Amino acid sequence: MSETLLEVKDLEVSYGVIRALKGISFKVERGEIVSLIGANGAGKTTTLHTVTGLLHPSAGSIVYKGHDLTRTPAHKIVSMGLVHVPEGRRIFQNLSVYDNLLMGAYSQKNKAKVNEDMTLVFDLFPRLKERRKQMAGTLSGGEQQMLAMGKALLSDPEMVVLDEPSMGLSPLLVSEVFEIVKTFRENGKTVLLVEQNAKKAMSISDRVYVLETGSIINEGKASELINDESIKKAYLGE
Amino acid sequence: MDFLVTLINGLSSGGTYAIIALGYTMVYGIAKMLNFAHGDIIMVGGYAMYVTLMAMGHPVIAVCAAAVFCMILGIVIEKVAYKPLRGASPLAVLITAIGVSFLLQSLAQIIFGSSPKMPLKLQISGAVTIGAMRIDYSTILTLAVTVIIMVALSVFVKYSKTGRAMVAVSEDRDAALLMGINTNRIITITFAIGSVLAAVAGYLMLCKAPSLSNTLGSMPGIKAFTAAVIGGIGSIPGAMVGGLLLGVVECISYSIPALAPFTDAVEFSILIIVLLVKPSGILGKMRREKV
Ligand SMILES: Nc1ncnc2c1ncn2[C@@H]1O[C@H](COP(=O)(O)OP(=O)(O)OP(=O)(O)O)[C@@H](O)[C@H]1O
Ligand SMILES: [Mg+2]
Repeated sequence: MSETLLEVKDLEVSYGVIRALKGISFKVERGEIVSLIGANGAGKTTTLHTVTGLLHPSAGSIVYKGHDLTRTPAHKIVSMGLVHVPEGRRIFQNLSVYDNLLMGAYSQKNKAKVNEDMTLVFDLFPRLKERRKQMAGTLSGGEQQMLAMGKALLSDPEMVVLDEPSMGLSPLLVSEVFEIVKTFRENGKTVLLVEQNAKKAMSISDRVYVLETGSIINEGKASELINDESIKKAYLGE
Repeated sequence: MDFLVTLINGLSSGGTYAIIALGYTMVYGIAKMLNFAHGDIIMVGGYAMYVTLMAMGHPVIAVCAAAVFCMILGIVIEKVAYKPLRGASPLAVLITAIGVSFLLQSLAQIIFGSSPKMPLKLQISGAVTIGAMRIDYSTILTLAVTVIIMVALSVFVKYSKTGRAMVAVSEDRDAALLMGINTNRIITITFAIGSVLAAVAGYLMLCKAPSLSNTLGSMPGIKAFTAAVIGGIGSIPGAMVGGLLLGVVECISYSIPALAPFTDAVEFSILIIVLLVKPSGILGKMRREKV
């Protein structure tokens, strides 16, 4: 039996009069990589922000490991094992690489565990180790994305939510980012991935949801949707 | 020699500005608001010292009591007046802060009357003479306290977990929330630190000139705010540099007879010049757009 880690039901979110999400439902099972794809402005970022408490829904529910996240303050969610790497990386430019990683471990009480995770992250991203004393604002875009992901790993998450991790990166780095997302799962983590790069996202995902102007218009196994004619046309540029 | 004395006096009064400016700049950086009432916390601290002196007599106890009282007051003001406005327009927050400022000044006047109080026990008189130089003890004390506060605060921000969280919140509040940082708690701590610093500044002012009225904090508050902007508002080293620079300019201007009557104008011209050359202030960061 698979275990549902995150279940979103009939979620509605508005920015003033703009209805950004018009009642979407989806779920993520433990150990899966699930992608949420859709065009610009479809509501992907809005969805993730609502899941991790930065936005509040006008209707609907978000249940993570049995907890109602709509009633949980944003800063408490990461210690429940759910971490969000936001769009645009949002690392702390005025802190060193090492201090940024420590911020990732902000809710971690166990120092030994933090050191252990730090070693793992430095193994995964050797570049960050070389540059650990450097101000994060001076890193290249690719390195900043590595830092954002490393920072998230330091919170010892069960589930990682990634918002367009490949944005603005060169093709080589894009592939590298997707490889890293795969290693998340190999290390037992569950992933909810938002991507513009639908093809690559689908190639590493188990299941996919397609979002269009605030509604989910299609969902299914990634291996099946990748061959779906309408999806090919709209999102894969074929 | 005269110039050296002027410089030392300038660094000393600049130190007081810097200590006040730190409160403005930290609150601005972290809570993203201009706490117009910050200068009045100095005044409240002064009265707290006055009252404690009446009751217990010892200046050290008075300063500690004032620091604690101001800290609590700062936290309460943030919770009651500013927190409900989180996310409101900056103008609404600014007007609220001005209201808090008037409230504190009026309350002080109602409670203590309008004639100045003279907490003489706070005064530190006397001076050291080194060769031809004469430097007041109060000036030396101010310099020492300034250095201690600057070092302690820099170490705290750089090496403590809470200090790093303050940097994080000032840079990106939502990203800080996503890392599990309780941003409300960090804002509370910021107000607490700023208010304690205001109390300390109040003491440094009163130990030089023990005359206390409900507008004690007004002009120093405005000067310190100017210093914070000169240094780059939001930047802690900026507040330090801005405060010291303003104090030195002030004392040099006072020491030149032709300029002395226009000292305030000279100080505010520094602000205008700095902003013309570098709109973000001496150490201020230009806001970088996200990719
Ligand atoms: N702060 C805001 N205020 C008002 N409207 C907003 C705000 N943020 C997003 N929107 C609107 O909500 C809709 C969904 O935006 P969202 O950022 O969730 O899209 P997205 O799918 O992440 O797009 P992209 O791929 O460009 O990142 C858009 O129409 C957008 O204009
Ligand atoms: Mg988006």
